[in-house]
Amino acid sequence: MVPVARTSWKTADKAVVSMVDPVTASRLQFALTTIVHIIFPVMSMGLAPFLVYFTWKEVRTGEAIYEQLRRFWTRIFAVSFVVGTVTGLVLEFEFGTNFAAFSTTAGELFGGPLALEGMMAFMLEATFLGIFVYGRDRVSDRLYFLSSIAVGLGTWLSAVWILIANSWMQTPRGFEIVVENGHRVVKLTDPLAAYLNPRFPYMFVHMQNAAVEAVALFMAGVAAYYVFRHHVWGYSIQHIGFWETTLKIALVALLITAPLQVIQGDAYARHVSETQPQKFAAMEAVWETDSSVPEYIVAFPTNVADLLNPRTESLFGVGIPGGASWLASGGDPQATIRGLASFSTQAPPVAIVFWAFRIMVALGFWFVLLALWGAYRWWRGELFEDDLLHKALMLSSLLGFVAVEVGWIVTEVGRQPWVIQGVMKTSASVSPGLTATEATVTLLGFATGYALLLGLYTYVVSRIIREGPPPHDDLADQPRSPPPESEVTTND
Amino acid sequence: MTDVVSLVGQPLRLPLAELWFALLFFLFGMFLFLDGFDFGVGVLFATRDDNEKEQLLAAIGPFWDGNEVWLVVFGGALFASFPSAYANLFSRHYLLLFAILAALGLRGLAPEMYEERADDRWRRFWGYSFVIGSTMTPFLLGVFVMNWLLGVTGLVTPASIFGGVTVLLLTVVDGVAFLGLKTRGSLRDDARVYGVRAAASYLGLTVLTLGTVYAAEPSLRASFQSPLVSALVLATGVFTAGYIVALRRRRYYVVLGAAAALVFVFVGLIGWLMFPFIDRAAGLTVRETVVSTLPLTLMSIMAGVLLPIVLAYFVVLYSAFSGPIETGETY
Ligand code: HDD
Ligand code: HEM
Ligand code: HEM
Repeated sequence: MVPVARTSWKTADKAVVSMVDPVTASRLQFALTTIVHIIFPVMSMGLAPFLVYFTWKEVRTGEAIYEQLRRFWTRIFAVSFVVGTVTGLVLEFEFGTNFAAFSTTAGELFGGPLALEGMMAFMLEATFLGIFVYGRDRVSDRLYFLSSIAVGLGTWLSAVWILIANSWMQTPRGFEIVVENGHRVVKLTDPLAAYLNPRFPYMFVHMQNAAVEAVALFMAGVAAYYVFRHHVWGYSIQHIGFWETTLKIALVALLITAPLQVIQGDAYARHVSETQPQKFAAMEAVWETDSSVPEYIVAFPTNVADLLNPRTESLFGVGIPGGASWLASGGDPQATIRGLASFSTQAPPVAIVFWAFRIMVALGFWFVLLALWGAYRWWRGELFEDDLLHKALMLSSLLGFVAVEVGWIVTEVGRQPWVIQGVMKTSASVSPGLTATEATVTLLGFATGYALLLGLYTYVVSRIIREGPPPHDDLADQPRSPPPESEVTTND
Repeated sequence: MTDVVSLVGQPLRLPLAELWFALLFFLFGMFLFLDGFDFGVGVLFATRDDNEKEQLLAAIGPFWDGNEVWLVVFGGALFASFPSAYANLFSRHYLLLFAILAALGLRGLAPEMYEERADDRWRRFWGYSFVIGSTMTPFLLGVFVMNWLLGVTGLVTPASIFGGVTVLLLTVVDGVAFLGLKTRGSLRDDARVYGVRAAASYLGLTVLTLGTVYAAEPSLRASFQSPLVSALVLATGVFTAGYIVALRRRRYYVVLGAAAALVFVFVGLIGWLMFPFIDRAAGLTVRETVVSTLPLTLMSIMAGVLLPIVLAYFVVLYSAFSGPIETGETY
């Protein structure tokens, strides 16, 4: 990269105290902005298959309940999409603003997927969403159904491309490093190897299944709230049939996705231990290379003074003997795991990775339990009577999103100190000209702005939920009339 | 599979670096033209009563998100084809970029929120947010474009302020053209009045901005000598006049065509003056900044296939909602 001469205000702010240094501020800012962004894509990617199904049934059967389902969940989809757009745009620009050195070094590989995501996915999604949200009376049933598919496909394709970009940073392939103007630059040599790198299929399946699972939990939690109020507390709820159906559909989805997530997650963990052994060691808090490593359920520093040090080495843990070895090797409780101390680079903040991984796995098993519990009650015909189940579902309604967040924290914090595994360090990836003042100002701006944004989103979504589905008499069961031709003239 | 790789490895025997430079300005032009509808509508929103505000929101509702994606694609394409220009330019204009994102965010959020509740205070708040977001985004984008062209490293210069106002006026011109096709009655009549004023001011400001650029940046003077620059300036005058005449005569498709022409003449002018640099401040030229042949060829093939399809999406979308808005259109 050709270095850019910055004007004098860069040196001037060296004097300003209590500013966060540009590297830390950029990392915190990126973490904050992706952690907020991912909520909305998960909502839209997870809702997409449900919306396609509702639209299909509505168009085929003409039953009012499907129109209600489609219209109600589309409102939530639409709000999530807008907020997803607003927050996603920030990320797209942040690689340039905050990680200029990374963007210059890796742009040849990393920019392509982002451009393709825009052309292939966002364009499809955003144009057909216009038809899907506003066009029910404007277009034929067929085009309407096609637009629901286009919207859904758009959200999923955007995951394909963004995960190609991210998985390449975990398991980089298909490139060589050249020195240009004294800077190391990554050159693409084999696009297929780079894009279809070993991590990608694991990540894609795990992510998409997580999105559907998280949304299924959300739907089940919301429906359980109304079912509980109606059947347990005896309030009369206007559209109770709507909520009962929602609960059943969500349970079916949960029953499919929850076990799949755990089974596939197990294979995923093995793949991580093979390709990113340092990350795996951090997930298991293994400092010394050893065989027959237990799978700790919990682990704490033995020294109280180390409580806040994420890299403390003397740990007391309670675990399953041989469990971690078993996980890493796919069945051998005596297998050897390479310890963090054996790597030449500093370990990632182990405590964060260790605990984030445990929370994800615990939630994964909890969701399986919930799905089985619900299925059992349904089978016994007691789905609407078990108030404990309703409470559990309500309390779990947002936990799918929590699992997604901690899962990403494992992935991203676990690969530190690398931004591109084995190729480029995070500390070298930040924009060289960025000042502490600039970085701190925007970090604080995002912290405030995103807190407000999340509050607003929560408020709007709860309003939609409280309002409930559109009433029957508001539905258009009358035959749809085309727009009056007389109004469609353009010159008067 | 290796066939694909070796095929892609062959250069297409085209001046790909220059084509990508032109493509970037095309993408930016598409963004300015299409999202310009929404910005212009957002600016005029300030002058309307409650019922007309509803109509304005209904007019842009199905479109604005798709329109905005052209900016996303512009950013992605810049990153993919000229990564070090993307990195230098964006990190150098750090605060400006985040200001643009904030304004754009406000613009995106406001209409959705406005519709969410009916009470006065709520609507007034989001109405203001919508106007501010729709005004600040094109203004700040204009500032950014001028800073980019001139290679300015600080926040603003006189030329960039003029550039900001120019782009803002251009979006009003554009938004009025859109409303000509989407509305009827007094709303459209008022819009026509604003359109004529905005177009006349746009012409004046373009001349003023170009004059300031000429004075401020001696290194650009050689480019100004080119006959193409004179032709483009002349075209701006002709299309402005055409726009005003067509607006007076209520020939709304002609109005829209003139607005589109003004937008593309504007981005063409910027692109032409900037060339051969892609980032003057960092001394980066198009030729030396472009990525290597393999990714460039690959991206060219992908863009060549995808962009026509994308244009087809827009044809489907705009024809599904052709004609004036109908009242009570929601989901
Ligand atoms: C509903 C959400 C959810 C649930 C229940 C689980 N996961 Fe997960 N997990 C994610 C959601 C997620 C995620 C947020 O989507 C991640 C981040 C990156 C990715 O591909 O998926 C992730 C990452 C992730 C990683 C890190 C991969 C990397 O570093 O690239 C591993 C090893 C696992 N998961 C394994 C599991 C196991 C063994 C689970 C259950 C027992 C499990 N996950 C349940
Ligand atoms: C949406 C889910 C994601 C979440 C929640 C997430 C979370 C995080 C977190 C917590 C960090 C900070 C790590 C640290 O500094 O210790 C980070 C850094 C980063 N992530 Fe992600 N990430 C996500 C997806 C992505 C994707 C899809 C990409 C690439 C396309 C990506 C690229 C980066 C980069 C470049 C950094 C900065 C360098 C670094 O600190 O490692 N992230 N992310
Ligand atoms: C960290 C890197 C990321 C970047 C740079 C990024 C970029 C963007 C951008 C620019 C948008 C706005 C598109 C529009 O205007 O319609 C967006 C929205 C979206 N992003 Fe991200 N994103 C990131 C992480 C992710 C991840 C990890 C996923 C999912 C796997 C994802 C999925 C989506 C989806 C589905 C949308 C559509 C908006 C919605 O439906 O809410 N993004 N993203």
